[in-house]
Amino acid sequence: MAETRIKSKAAPVSFQGVSKVFGKDVVAVDKIDLEVEAGKLVTLLGPSGCGKTTTLRMIAGLEMASSGRILIGDKDVTRLPATDRDVSMVFQSYALFPHMTVLENVSYGLDFSGFPKSEARDRARAGLDLVGLKGYDDRLPSELSGGQQQRVAVARALVLEPQVLLFDEPLSNLDAKLRRQVREDIRAIQQDLGLTVVYVTHDQEEALAVSDEIVVMRNAAIAQIGAPRELYDAPVDRFVADFIGEANIIPCEIVSVEGDVAEIAIEDYRYRLASRGMSPGPAALAVRPSRLEIGTAHGFAAQIKKATYVGVRMEYTVEAPFGEIFVVQDDVQNPLEPGLDVRLGFASAGPVLIPGG
Amino acid sequence: MRKAASETTAHPILIYWIIAGWVGYFILPWYGIEDGFFRFEWLIDGWPLDDEYAPAAFLIAQGEKLWLAPLLPALVAPLFVLRKRKIDPSYSRVLILSGAFGFAYLIAQGFGIGIRGFSYEWLTALFGDLGDRQFGMGYGAMLVASSFLFLFTQGIAARGAINGDVFVVSAIGGVIVIVATFVFFPIAKMLIFAFITEDGGYSVGVFFSKFFDDRLWGLGCLWGARCGAAWNSLFLAVLVGFLTTVLGLAFALVVTRSGFRAKRVVRALTVLPIITPPFVIGLALILLFGLSGSVTQFVAETVGVQPTRWLYGLPGVLIAQTLAFTPIAFLVLIGVVEGVSPSMEEAAQTLRANRWQTFRTVSLPLMRPGLANAFLLGFIESMADFGNPLVLGGNFDVLSTEIFFAIVGAQYDQGRAAVLAMVLLFFTLSAFYLQRAWLGKKSYTTVTGKGDAGVHPLMPKRLAIPVFLVAGVWGAFTIIVYGMIVYGSFVELWGVNDSLTFKHYVTAFAVSVNENGIHWRGSAWDSFWTTIYIAAAAAPLTAAVGLVTAYLLTRQSFAGKNAFEFGTMLSFAIPGTVIGVSYILAFNVPPIELTGTGIILVVSFIFRNMPVGVRAGIASMSQLDKSLDESSLTLGANSWQTFRRVILPLLRPAILAALVFSFVRAMTAISAVIFLVSARYDMATSYIIGRVENNDYGLAIAYSTTLIFVMLAVVGMLQIIVGRTQIGRRTQFGGGGTNG
Repeated sequence: MAETRIKSKAAPVSFQGVSKVFGKDVVAVDKIDLEVEAGKLVTLLGPSGCGKTTTLRMIAGLEMASSGRILIGDKDVTRLPATDRDVSMVFQSYALFPHMTVLENVSYGLDFSGFPKSEARDRARAGLDLVGLKGYDDRLPSELSGGQQQRVAVARALVLEPQVLLFDEPLSNLDAKLRRQVREDIRAIQQDLGLTVVYVTHDQEEALAVSDEIVVMRNAAIAQIGAPRELYDAPVDRFVADFIGEANIIPCEIVSVEGDVAEIAIEDYRYRLASRGMSPGPAALAVRPSRLEIGTAHGFAAQIKKATYVGVRMEYTVEAPFGEIFVVQDDVQNPLEPGLDVRLGFASAGPVLIPGG
Repeated sequence: MRKAASETTAHPILIYWIIAGWVGYFILPWYGIEDGFFRFEWLIDGWPLDDEYAPAAFLIAQGEKLWLAPLLPALVAPLFVLRKRKIDPSYSRVLILSGAFGFAYLIAQGFGIGIRGFSYEWLTALFGDLGDRQFGMGYGAMLVASSFLFLFTQGIAARGAINGDVFVVSAIGGVIVIVATFVFFPIAKMLIFAFITEDGGYSVGVFFSKFFDDRLWGLGCLWGARCGAAWNSLFLAVLVGFLTTVLGLAFALVVTRSGFRAKRVVRALTVLPIITPPFVIGLALILLFGLSGSVTQFVAETVGVQPTRWLYGLPGVLIAQTLAFTPIAFLVLIGVVEGVSPSMEEAAQTLRANRWQTFRTVSLPLMRPGLANAFLLGFIESMADFGNPLVLGGNFDVLSTEIFFAIVGAQYDQGRAAVLAMVLLFFTLSAFYLQRAWLGKKSYTTVTGKGDAGVHPLMPKRLAIPVFLVAGVWGAFTIIVYGMIVYGSFVELWGVNDSLTFKHYVTAFAVSVNENGIHWRGSAWDSFWTTIYIAAAAAPLTAAVGLVTAYLLTRQSFAGKNAFEFGTMLSFAIPGTVIGVSYILAFNVPPIELTGTGIILVVSFIFRNMPVGVRAGIASMSQLDKSLDESSLTLGANSWQTFRRVILPLLRPAILAALVFSFVRAMTAISAVIFLVSARYDMATSYIIGRVENNDYGLAIAYSTTLIFVMLAVVGMLQIIVGRTQIGRRTQFGGGGTNG
């Protein structure tokens, strides 16, 4: 991968108050602002119907924004159709042209970019080389495996040296084992070439693994933007907390705030943690199932309702006064019996304050 | 790397259409040339000065047809924006204005000034007597009109319509204009004719007097007299719709739900209605059940009953149409019956329903929309059928033949023909509307194409026995009828002299070789070659219009798309007789004067058969994942390049199918054709009908047999080239195969 002719023309992408309305009143994307830095891999993550694919297609020019401005580099492309944008895209279905060979597929875009035939061929070969498909020139897409087809689709998009490269759920047609491999390959190529990549997925683990930055979307709007760790450790609200990893939402009361430390109360249990700018009053805690500890000295009272052995760990459903909580413990040797009364406490760096309700 | 098209100042497409406009205005003859443009006699016969052949510019220079002069500024104006960028507002404004003005003015002057000067009195009142006249427009005018149209669409595109896509906007504009010209304009013109009185005025009374005619709505048959043609048509169509649906379902069940071996034979029967000229079944029935038919004679001899003419009338037409259209119902129902998901039926069986209960409570209800669809198709086909009622109708008047006799008969009443056509159109359009509005939302087809591992259960016994009985009897009958056609073509004079002979083939298709080369002596050759020639000219145009329309409908979204779709599919519901009448009423006078030419036949075929091309295109385009287009677009190809390099190659089987089917349908059509043929352009089918009217059955049947075999060969070639399974169906596209 050291010697390659493919270079990056990475450019930043900027959304300024962009909306997309289908028909009369179906709002797919509602006034979002978004900055994608050049050379970064940014993931759009969210449940289906949240507007992430529409956002991606607006960058590609396959959908036109209803209002707002879209910039790629420093150029306003809001009204530019897909043909005229310097963006290429890897489709969920790969969209390889079934009547063309692998090489013809990869050189397709180069032919329209004004390269002479031989130059287009060389560049296409370099692209196939880069994704590890040297010598597959004359195969038809139908003669390739799913993973190989996927790599052809990547090569076809890469060789155009686009300012922005788009991925629309590229792994969803691959089987589970291949996914990890391909996702690492994509990340490696992106980092080696310094590409600007916008990547759509609904799989939070995939997003955490590949991204420089994750944009969590919900109901046509952006819920939170941040680095993978930031989102996992400090979700801004219940939705993000629950969508990225699993989280228990526990109602609590902020008793007092001193500087950036807040003291909260759950039943009779007191706990101190980062206040995140909140003031005394009712609030909620988001706690990962693995960051709860059973049988601590301090904590709130609860009762084990269900215990499930899943091999690497134990999963417990615990009944607390405010509702059920899901807890994961690594100790599989000494499982706890259902019906046992216990005390639940937080591991260090466990809970995060989020607005209550 | 990529340069946005909106930023360049080179506009090759614009330059092309400007040049086309100038060529049309300055070089090509403006008016239609009677002897035919492509003989190029006009080139040596006084062009460019002779006013019959002169281009518009030369006419004006000689001080004639001065009303063509205002077109010139509209042709000049676009030159000024050639150096401008597309995003410049003046670019789009100039193109839209000059295109719209030029096109509108061209049409207005065409309708305003006819063969007797101004066509409307108020124009004479306004401008005084013109003292000049003009004829039908020719290729010059056509080229200028196209130029204006596409200047206009480029202007619209430059304003940002459909993402500024010139190809898509132009395709939409083009399809709208030709459909408006050749479908809506003739129909509208025909509607106007229904209100014209004998002295040329307009009157609603005339319409009502013709509309409430007893020959149309009379109910005399309830007490022994004759019923009106409208009731007859309706009654016949309901019967045919019902019978074809039942028979079609029986055949579909035999093929999919039984252990019947010769399934492919039954499927092959579906090709019959495509290759059979519509009246041929009627002819075969005459050979069997006519006054001197074999069955009639046999019964008369053995039982001693006096032969009657029972066949001529409702019974004959009903049998002939049921024979002719059952394969169509079968074609629809086989898809429906196969489309019921086997797992639904298996689920029912595991829930303790027996086979009969499963069929009655699950399978049949799921097929209901398909059954209604088959019924409506049979209804429309029967309403529109012209050949069989003409051959077998006797005193049983139906709308389609009444229209014909109103135009060609002694009555020559265009108004009555127009009123009858409106009634017929009302029936078929209602059925068409029902089919779309009601069935469109109700598809229970549950097989998705993804692993549905189940197997359709066999029919329960109490269903299988009657189904096999019905299908068997009807199948045998169909085979006998077709056998009769072939056999009858070799019989000297049916029922009188039963000796076998090649006489009819010799009369029709004799060929001799003399010193001047091959001499086509047979009486049928003229119409045969005309038919091949016209059908071959129509086929590629039909396929092109159909596929472009299908592309627009499946791949693009634009305002008014539903209306666009309805308009393009409408011609499917317009019976051929209606098209025929409306064409002779609309294209007999300027500005578009086509009667008596071959062009009018070609045009009528294009718009009669366009829905076939559209359907074939839609069927196979919806099999192509839309992401193929999108990836092509993101890779820098524009929509025209995408259409040409991605869609068209993948549609090759559909294109071939559309070509062959429009060719074959053009060869078998009769209803519209019979109005539009002329001495110079006689078609095979109308020639055969002429023979039938002269009681020359031998020749008619021999000619029909020849046509059937020619078309069988054409369809067979298609099957070989495309391969049986590939027509309209591709399975593994879109990169589905995930496990390698």
